[in-house]
Amino acid sequence: MTVIGLFHPGNSALHRLSAGWKLLGMVLAVTAVLFLREPWQLGVAAVVTAGLYAIARIPARVAAAQLWPMRWFLLLVAIFQLIFAGWQPAVMVCGSLLLTVAVAALVTVTTRVTAMLDVFNRLMQPLRRWVDPDRSGLLLALTIRCIPLMVDIVRDVSDARKARGAHFSLRAMAAPAVVRALRSADALGDALVARGVDD
Amino acid sequence: MPEIRFSGVGHRFGDRTVLDGIDLTLTEPRLGIVGGNGSGKSTLARMINGLITPTSGSVSLDGLDTTAKGREVRRRVGFVFTDPDNQIVMPTVAEDVAFSLRKSQLGKREIAARVTASLRRFGLVDHADHPTHLLSGGQKQLLALAAVLITEPDVLVADEPTTLLDLRNARMVNDLLASLSQQVVLVTHHLNLLGGFDRVVVLDGGQVVADDSPASALRTYTGLLT
Repeated sequence: MTVIGLFHPGNSALHRLSAGWKLLGMVLAVTAVLFLREPWQLGVAAVVTAGLYAIARIPARVAAAQLWPMRWFLLLVAIFQLIFAGWQPAVMVCGSLLLTVAVAALVTVTTRVTAMLDVFNRLMQPLRRWVDPDRSGLLLALTIRCIPLMVDIVRDVSDARKARGAHFSLRAMAAPAVVRALRSADALGDALVARGVDD
Repeated sequence: MPEIRFSGVGHRFGDRTVLDGIDLTLTEPRLGIVGGNGSGKSTLARMINGLITPTSGSVSLDGLDTTAKGREVRRRVGFVFTDPDNQIVMPTVAEDVAFSLRKSQLGKREIAARVTASLRRFGLVDHADHPTHLLSGGQKQLLALAAVLITEPDVLVADEPTTLLDLRNARMVNDLLASLSQQVVLVTHHLNLLGGFDRVVVLDGGQVVADDSPASALRTYTGLLT
């Protein structure tokens, strides 16, 4: 399962808030996190973020699922910081990273992708002489959609490689994965034409 | 029912002849296309909505040439592919069905209402906000059908829509296809799906070798395999 695209349905104030305001709020919140200097400030920010999750009525397991994929990365950063800078920088760096992802994930779980694309589309309007906003939005949607497809392809190829005893062969992994990805892209292109994207 | 006409249609991929001398006029509500792997049936199906254009001859829908008027033809012909994963564009179920209506003149509320009605019809209304990649194979194919049929095409072409499905899901998709008011062109290896069809075309080596009632055409087809 991927983090991207995990919209959690609901009717909270945060769900109802327009995607544009949420994205603006996210940018401001992430910027504010960068200016935190003391662990107690981090603590306050964490409580506020947790409060926003509560207002959005996001279940704890859904919230945890947003942060869980970061665990190894955070562990590495924490070890590095502890060795070279001490416990306080380790807490500040790891806490800031965690908060930043938590805030971004809150926007993701309370906002439909189509609402985000509408915002993107509006933001792209001034550039429409050079870039087609519809196409760019579709490209973003497809990028999000293709992540689980690629995960499935890589998992299948990896299983097939192991079944054939080629555990450590990079070529046995890369070649079929690329071929399958290209085939899928080809089929997706046909489907997009069939669904009237060219209209 | 619309008239799909193949006139002297041939198609080549490089040196390989995929279709040769196809002359067909299809007007029946339920049409089946069968044939072995590489017989040209998927190419034939893709020609109906102009995804593939013939290298000789012409294909038309109610007189609209699929090469010259491909976009107009595609607005009238819905297409369901074998692997629904390649057809689903948006990350959640309702968003994918709504994607089909993005260029309609309908307002957001009307689109939402139609999407809900469509998902209810296809038994997916409880999955409206689910990520599409977490659906079962059968649900994905139902979603692909819902996304195509919400545009109310005159013709539905389905290229082996049950091949990747288990028996129960295949039956579910088959029941749905049987209930449609549209003209349906079904390419399939599951011969039992063609029982109630009006006409079945059998392809072999890129040529029509039988064009008859299901029972008779399928006898020809099974004869080719022995």
